[in-house]
Amino acid sequence: MDLLEYQGKQLFARHEIPVPSGIPARTVEEALAAAEKIGYPCVVKAQVKIGGRGKAGGVKVAADATEAREYAEAILGMDIKGFTVHELWIEEASEIEAEYYAAIVFDRSARAALVMLSTQGGMDIEQVSAETPEAIATLHVDPLLGFQPFEARRLAFEAGIDADLIRPIGDFLTRLYETFVAEEALLVEVNPVIITPERKVRALDSKVTLDPNSLYRHEENAKLRDPSDEDPQEQMARDRGLTYVKLDGDIGVLGNGAGLVMSTLDVVAQYGGEPANFLDAGGGSKADAITSAVEVICSNEKVKAVLFNIFGGITRCDEVANGLIEAFATAKPTVPFVVRLDGTNDVEGRKILADANLPGVHTAATMNEAAEKVVALAKGESL
Amino acid sequence: MSVLVGTDTRLCVAGITGSEGRFHTLNNRDYGTNVVSGVTPGKGGQDVEGIPVFNTFHAAAEESGANTAMIFVPPPFAADSILEAADAGIETIIAITEGIPAHDELRVYTQIKRNPSLRLIGPNCPGVLSPGKANVGIIPASFFKEGNIGVMSRSGTLTYQIGNELAQKGFGNSSIVGLGGDPIPGTSFIDVLELFENDDQTELIVMSGEIGGDAEELAAEYIAENVTKPVVGYIAGFTAPPGKTMGHAGAIVSGSKGTAAAKAEALEAKGVRVGRTPTQVAEIAVEILGG
Repeated sequence: MDLLEYQGKQLFARHEIPVPSGIPARTVEEALAAAEKIGYPCVVKAQVKIGGRGKAGGVKVAADATEAREYAEAILGMDIKGFTVHELWIEEASEIEAEYYAAIVFDRSARAALVMLSTQGGMDIEQVSAETPEAIATLHVDPLLGFQPFEARRLAFEAGIDADLIRPIGDFLTRLYETFVAEEALLVEVNPVIITPERKVRALDSKVTLDPNSLYRHEENAKLRDPSDEDPQEQMARDRGLTYVKLDGDIGVLGNGAGLVMSTLDVVAQYGGEPANFLDAGGGSKADAITSAVEVICSNEKVKAVLFNIFGGITRCDEVANGLIEAFATAKPTVPFVVRLDGTNDVEGRKILADANLPGVHTAATMNEAAEKVVALAKGESL
Repeated sequence: MSVLVGTDTRLCVAGITGSEGRFHTLNNRDYGTNVVSGVTPGKGGQDVEGIPVFNTFHAAAEESGANTAMIFVPPPFAADSILEAADAGIETIIAITEGIPAHDELRVYTQIKRNPSLRLIGPNCPGVLSPGKANVGIIPASFFKEGNIGVMSRSGTLTYQIGNELAQKGFGNSSIVGLGGDPIPGTSFIDVLELFENDDQTELIVMSGEIGGDAEELAAEYIAENVTKPVVGYIAGFTAPPGKTMGHAGAIVSGSKGTAAAKAEALEAKGVRVGRTPTQVAEIAVEILGG
């Protein structure tokens, strides 16, 4: 789960990472009140979960109330790379002497947290990484030992940090690691870390990704989930405990198990079709899950045909068949379906479907046959 | 022979008194797996259809001689349960639980790796089936028979699909190993490649991967250097858009790294044939082994 900049900074503040003070605002009036409280000059910052805000005009320094209003009006509702700005962060302006980069990422290949530090912050860090990788000092942390002071010093010396800042930057990294572990983040990134003329270290930005599996033990963080930035179908699916990802095509796809559904999408594409979604009904898919899944898939108006690909393990094919019958009774889908049932109780499942004789429901014996049929149906061909 | 589970397996199940745990434990026993005990703190002394329940893994290991653990407890308690089994000296630990926090997995992985005699399969995996010998987990065993193909996979139901395609061509399996779809699996393709390479029963290895991470790329390198048996690959997720998570916590594509195309290329560059559909995987197996 990605956080907005200010949410990340509030998390940082909890762990005593120095951040400029600021106030979030959802309207121009709130933004003005915040600016008055903070004083001028202040920075009006768009809160969106995508980089490149500055270049898109989403970050402006306001010298007075007139400018604060002007910028708040301009930025609220602005579209930044497909993300609409619903919220602003009004922040005290900072004096900047130098810009560094610091990050901790959950490195799955190395099976350890990777700490990164560079004096070349503020610009496109990916470019730095590609062109001068030696400019970024990196180090993996033993998760059972934790991040040690000597490791912080080593990183700081390797990154070429000025002598007087070795200790403050070390403290900064140590607190960042504490945040990473305590909040169970998958990423904490600060770009830039700024050095003020008084030689103070501050986090001027934040990018935080939290582990969704850990939210049950972080109530405060769980509240930060923002339903408004999700696709309506994805939100509907989540509410019903389904895993759904919207895609661009016109063939609705449902299966049980993430790997099988991904494989189904691939096979549909190989037969010349374009999947409209990924939907994993999960292990042990029960009738009500199937009903919900049909509703979610068909609420996408682009869908012209639907493919059900079930290989029953925990999932029982008779449950899926009954769920489909229920779904036809309640959701009344108008597009054709192709259903392939294999695995646990497949014979019963197929018989239930055959007896029900649902309108527009075709069956297939194999995954390939099912894909071929659904592609034909989506193109308006009859079988 | 077979790998990881077999006739020597003496299974102890954490979470045996829960409804799912109980159902699958009894399923495994019906298949012929030697289930010797279960663990539920506070329910020591009870039994589940004759299977004795202990309060701790230490008591279960000592009194029932368990050498394999299956973890079926909910995510908040799963990491603790794995560590307990490891501390009790149970060498093969198979974790079915889905949704364990990533930082828990990281700590568990690091601890397990400190003791080279321990092996963790999963978490978030369907378990291991050695047809005709033992089934530990939730793989629907009736679709598989004993044979000479070893299968390892990051995805549960996709494993069944591929296994079924192989069965329809007349092939059986030495073992089917579900590695799990989480970012930090306890056992990787490379670990199981080594086991299959040394297993007399296995004549061909099928590896079913998916987008995200670099496990398939590393396996490709390993195969070129260390594996003499033929390997057939499959990768799910060619049509997955970048940056989207397709259900498995592990299956995240970022940039070009970890894409299905990159993985298939890495394998093919090392001489591993990659089927583009599960059906094609079985067809390649026929070509290599004969129908």
